[in-house]
Amino acid sequence: MAKKKMTIIASKGSLDMAYPPLILATTAAAMDLDVTIFFTFYGLDIIKKGKADSLKVSPLGNPAMPMPVPIPTLISSLPGMEAMATAMMKSMFKKHGVATIGQLLDMAKESGVKLIACQMTMDVMGVKQTDIIDGVEFGGAAMWLDAAADSQVNLFI
Amino acid sequence: MSADIKFDQLLDAKGMSCPLPILKTKKTIEGLSKDQVLKVETTDPGSKNDMASWAKRTGNEILKVEEGSGTFTFYIKKTT
Repeated sequence: MAKKKMTIIASKGSLDMAYPPLILATTAAAMDLDVTIFFTFYGLDIIKKGKADSLKVSPLGNPAMPMPVPIPTLISSLPGMEAMATAMMKSMFKKHGVATIGQLLDMAKESGVKLIACQMTMDVMGVKQTDIIDGVEFGGAAMWLDAAADSQVNLFI
Repeated sequence: MSADIKFDQLLDAKGMSCPLPILKTKKTIEGLSKDQVLKVETTDPGSKNDMASWAKRTGNEILKVEEGSGTFTFYIKKTT
């Protein structure tokens, strides 16, 4: 049986939105799928050197964000609120035995997940290839489409 | 209590959340030989169905699942 394949476009760089691509990629690899993740726009932050474990989550514009007490939207915009929301989410994850983004990224690489960084976004945002962690390839839309056209599962996150 | 199934290795994945029990199971079973049995203990309630899906997809065989006091125990035979 030919191996099934999956591709994911990771376009978000907040802590909460970095989880789904990495959870699905590592699990798919564990289920014997060939996996490719294409990091574009803010998703590039996940694979910047030293960045994986300093991603943040903002309580702004997210009414579903669990907070210890209800916090009015205007208060959420104050300095320190993002750090607080981030610390809170990280402690919730830790308490429930959820891997960190850095751990998931390491496991993804270890299990052969192919990582591609979007060169166009890098150029626009002034990100150099040396700013990106080792083991990442660089390419564009055609590179993702080539992988996606042969895949059974393709996700944009 | 039924007779315990013989196993070759024990993986303690208690306290871990999705997807760690699956990732650890995959990694550990790769170190076993064909027909050896891995015993995995988890506390993640989602792991019961996840493990079944993982086994189906990878072709490994779940010989038995035990549930009790918040712990799930899987006996998985490596088939390849």
